[in-house]
Amino acid sequence: MSLNLGNIIFKPTEQYHLNDITLNFEPGKMYTILGRTLSGKTTLLKTIAGLLSPDSGYIQFEGKDFLAIPVWQRNVAMVYQQFINYPHLNVKQNIEFPLKQRKMDPNLIEKEVSDAIQKVGLKGFEERKIQELSGGQQQRVALARSLAKKAKILLLDEPLVNLDYKLREGLREEFKKLFIGSEASQSIFVYASTDPLEAMQLNGDIIVIDEGKILQTGSAKDVFENPANAKVAEITNDPAMNLNKGKIDNNKLILNNEIQFNLPSNLQSMPSGDYLVGIRATDLYLDDQGFDFQVDISEISGSETFLHLHHQDTKCVATIEGVKSYEVDEHVKINFDLSKIYLFKESGELHYSPYQN
Amino acid sequence: MPKLYTFIKYFCVILWSCFVIAPFLWAISTSFKDFNSVTGGATYIPWLQFEPTLDGWSVLFKPGSQGGINIIGPYFNSIFVTFTASFISIALGTLSAYALSRYTFKAGFVQNNDITFFFISQRIMPPVVLAIPFFLFLSTLGLLDSLAGLILVYIVLLMPIAVWIMVDFFNRVPKEIDETALIDGCNPFQAFFKVVLPNSIPGMIVAGLFCIIFGWIDFFFAFILTFTNVQLLPVKIVALNSSITPWWSLSAAALVSVAPLIVVAFVVERFLSKGNLSGALK
Repeated sequence: MSLNLGNIIFKPTEQYHLNDITLNFEPGKMYTILGRTLSGKTTLLKTIAGLLSPDSGYIQFEGKDFLAIPVWQRNVAMVYQQFINYPHLNVKQNIEFPLKQRKMDPNLIEKEVSDAIQKVGLKGFEERKIQELSGGQQQRVALARSLAKKAKILLLDEPLVNLDYKLREGLREEFKKLFIGSEASQSIFVYASTDPLEAMQLNGDIIVIDEGKILQTGSAKDVFENPANAKVAEITNDPAMNLNKGKIDNNKLILNNEIQFNLPSNLQSMPSGDYLVGIRATDLYLDDQGFDFQVDISEISGSETFLHLHHQDTKCVATIEGVKSYEVDEHVKINFDLSKIYLFKESGELHYSPYQN
Repeated sequence: MPKLYTFIKYFCVILWSCFVIAPFLWAISTSFKDFNSVTGGATYIPWLQFEPTLDGWSVLFKPGSQGGINIIGPYFNSIFVTFTASFISIALGTLSAYALSRYTFKAGFVQNNDITFFFISQRIMPPVVLAIPFFLFLSTLGLLDSLAGLILVYIVLLMPIAVWIMVDFFNRVPKEIDETALIDGCNPFQAFFKVVLPNSIPGMIVAGLFCIIFGWIDFFFAFILTFTNVQLLPVKIVALNSSITPWWSLSAAALVSVAPLIVVAFVVERFLSKGNLSGALK
């Protein structure tokens, strides 16, 4: 029943779009592909759907060679980032389109379609034209269409990214309910996202992808606590984890000639040498005893303020509780929560995580 | 301020309408005049300013033996040739445009854009360049002075317009719609006919309109490629010209020949106002 991808390579131009992808998907589980824009998320989903054929590698589903099956016979469902529906059909016709295509029994179609409409909360909109719906409703139609199909593989390509904030929050909750609960649980869900927060909230397995390469796979907790390398630490945090060159020398952690700490107990055993020192924005805090940083930009995000700071060569972003305004070049005192420091080797590999035991 | 704006708006619309409508009124009144009324200065209102007569119109329908030109045959020839050629051009043009928009072709250095340009380039040359090749081509096929020959030539002339408009149209339709159709169980042909085509009707109507207009107004090829057997309306109308220019018959002929285009425009306008053309695709 599982879906296996092996050594998938897709290189339409000079650059790799997918570089040696090997993955296993189990039914009834939710997978989140987390990566930046152009990292290969959509390409990977389209390859699974069959819209793109890889240059080499294999895809197996239920023991069969998936690559030999054309898209229209694969029984997958895909929801796009753009709101893609059939503009010449109304809501109901849109949702029943794939079922009719499959020549299902009309009574059964009727039932499935009204079920799906009920689930996504579009009751009463059946006869509406697609153009008469709001963005959120259009995406619900696309969602209902993919639900009604009861496809064994469901691919969601940043389905919420074009919606406004409020709607996004609401729909994301519904997503989890729709897909993880109920009878659909024998399907494989693959959800692509650029948003680390979204990936954490969906709480499935996370696949971190960058430049067409898989960097890490694991549970949300695992990826959050033990990012395999500095790149993963950047991608899986928003704002990205602060990474600065530093070294351990003489029982001290040195970022530059002023920012220096006595090694805390948890780092005592670390060998001396050069490291990339990582710390999350949330683990920096305002402290009168702290170091003197200069503000580059301050941005307000919801109930928090992101401060982009620098001190000599050391740059970092700090998340400050509450909405506060800072002038550019203003000086602030910032301190580090040393118990949350990550150390990466200069090559980028994780050397020490505060969650390691 | 809003009052002034409304005033300017309506003033412009009325002015423009005058420019558009005036020639028609002029032609209508002229078509009912005789020689004296036309040459006797500007007059507009029948019965009051001049005595209307049907002479100008009757010439169009009288056979040659009675000094007329009998445009009924050429009229239907023109309609048949224009609409058949336009229909075939749209059908072929839409298919080619879809292929050019969605698939990648490569033959040596020739790529999609080059093929699209090849189609358009057919319309870049002045028509005179094509006259002799077309003549030789049709005479080899034995299709000179025949409806089939004219249709063939018009397809060559009109299809580039259809391809050009439809390539642009398809390029603006997100290809994710095709992909969704494939994912939803359509093979590529079904995806085209069940999803892409129904959503392309607005583009096809616009392309069709252009094809019909360009086909209908052609004089040059209709003149060169036909003799006596088959005649098209524009060529026939020219036969009206004699030592005295018969303005009344020419006006009547002009009105008759513009009629089909007006009908087409009204039909298309229906589609436009229903909102079928706009907002079909975001």
